[in-house]
Amino acid sequence: MADAKILPLAVVGLGFRVGDINVLDGATFDIAPGSRNIVLGPNGAGKSVMLRLLHGLLTPTSGRVGWSNPDALAVRRAQAMVFQRPVMLRRSARENVEFALHVAGVRNVRNAADLALDRAGLMRLADRPARLCSGGEQQRIALARAWALQPEVLFLDEPTASLDPAATNAIEEAVNAMHRAGTTIIMTTHDLGQARRLADRVLFLNHGRLVEDAPAVSFFAQPTSPDAAAFIRGELLW
Amino acid sequence: MQEISQSLSLAVALITSLDSTLLSIAGLSLRVSGIAVLAAALLALPFGAWLALARFPGRQGVIAVLNGMMGLPPVVVGLLVYLMLSRAGPLGPLGILFTPAAMMIAQALLIFPIIAALARQVIEDAWGEYREQLVSLNASRAQCMRALLWDMRFTLTTAVLAGFGRAIAEVGAVMIVGGNIDGVTRLMTTAIALETSKGDLPLALALGVVLITMVITINLAAQWVKSTAVKNHG
Repeated sequence: MADAKILPLAVVGLGFRVGDINVLDGATFDIAPGSRNIVLGPNGAGKSVMLRLLHGLLTPTSGRVGWSNPDALAVRRAQAMVFQRPVMLRRSARENVEFALHVAGVRNVRNAADLALDRAGLMRLADRPARLCSGGEQQRIALARAWALQPEVLFLDEPTASLDPAATNAIEEAVNAMHRAGTTIIMTTHDLGQARRLADRVLFLNHGRLVEDAPAVSFFAQPTSPDAAAFIRGELLW
Repeated sequence: MQEISQSLSLAVALITSLDSTLLSIAGLSLRVSGIAVLAAALLALPFGAWLALARFPGRQGVIAVLNGMMGLPPVVVGLLVYLMLSRAGPLGPLGILFTPAAMMIAQALLIFPIIAALARQVIEDAWGEYREQLVSLNASRAQCMRALLWDMRFTLTTAVLAGFGRAIAEVGAVMIVGGNIDGVTRLMTTAIALETSKGDLPLALALGVVLITMVITINLAAQWVKSTAVKNHG
């Protein structure tokens, strides 16, 4: 894990506008070290955009993302992201992990890659072309690739959206293992069950607005906003 | 009709007897076009990848010009190379006009835009898929280019082959800068033109058959490599 810490994170008035549409509108919240934060909300709520803004893949049109470390390079290196659709390079699973380590400047990439694959229970796939693995296996390789970088903060954008229960369980176990190892988790989902299983804290988004920010226990027991209450009840939000 | 069939049977005889003139011309053609393609690809693939990822004012104009240059008239390229390499030209002291080296330069210039433009399109399409992941991994521009070129290598062989097809089938430029000197700069295409004008149809036909066979074989091989690779690597 990177020596220079980048948390806590202070997000102030974060917004992203495309033309006349506010995809994300003035989100303000903090992220503390060591927490599992679930960004919850229906499709189109702005969850994925918010993750990309935090990770630096998009530039906010308003507000700011304030990491505690002013060193931009340290901030970039202390983060990793797993996408909804894993992007595998056209090479073996091991070489996919090695590529990430090589880019990060790690010297002995072979050992580090094998360690990451072993931790994720993927050694049997190490030499298999990554693109020929199943969707669930590819997502686990993507997670192992992120894990190999030992990030302080891991972003996950609906990593189990198209996976079966067994693959979902494997991903959730890996996420929990990374969390136990000290990584702060920021993950989007629209799956209430998954949010209940993984969240220490819930950030509930709807129509691009941060509607509720609460500890998971109180969010599910006593949501304070009508939108969150309706979402928990399984009602359709328009 | 009878003349054609006689010429064809003579052409087959030339090919099956491995006629030395035929082999020498075919060999030189392969050498010239092979080296021209290699040289052009070494420059055009990175350039295409750079253009795919770079964002600068006027980029669309550069892409339009590059795409337009895919249809460069060979005789114009031949003329320009001739002017550069002729005794009065800036590269005249090299003394390579009317040598295979001059033909390689002309062919490389002709096919550079083809390989670069196709590579740019292939890499730009791939960039759409890979961008977020590579940026997330903090890959530098050079690392992104290398990763994309490697990952798209099987598709890019098609671009390189398109260049090879253009090079080996080209006649105008190599005629101007090579001079079609027997045993020195005579290629399959220039020999076909010459033998046809002389009325020696069997040799022209035999060379034509070899040329077409060569191009088809290389393309089939590349297609096989690509489909096998996709099957094995995804």
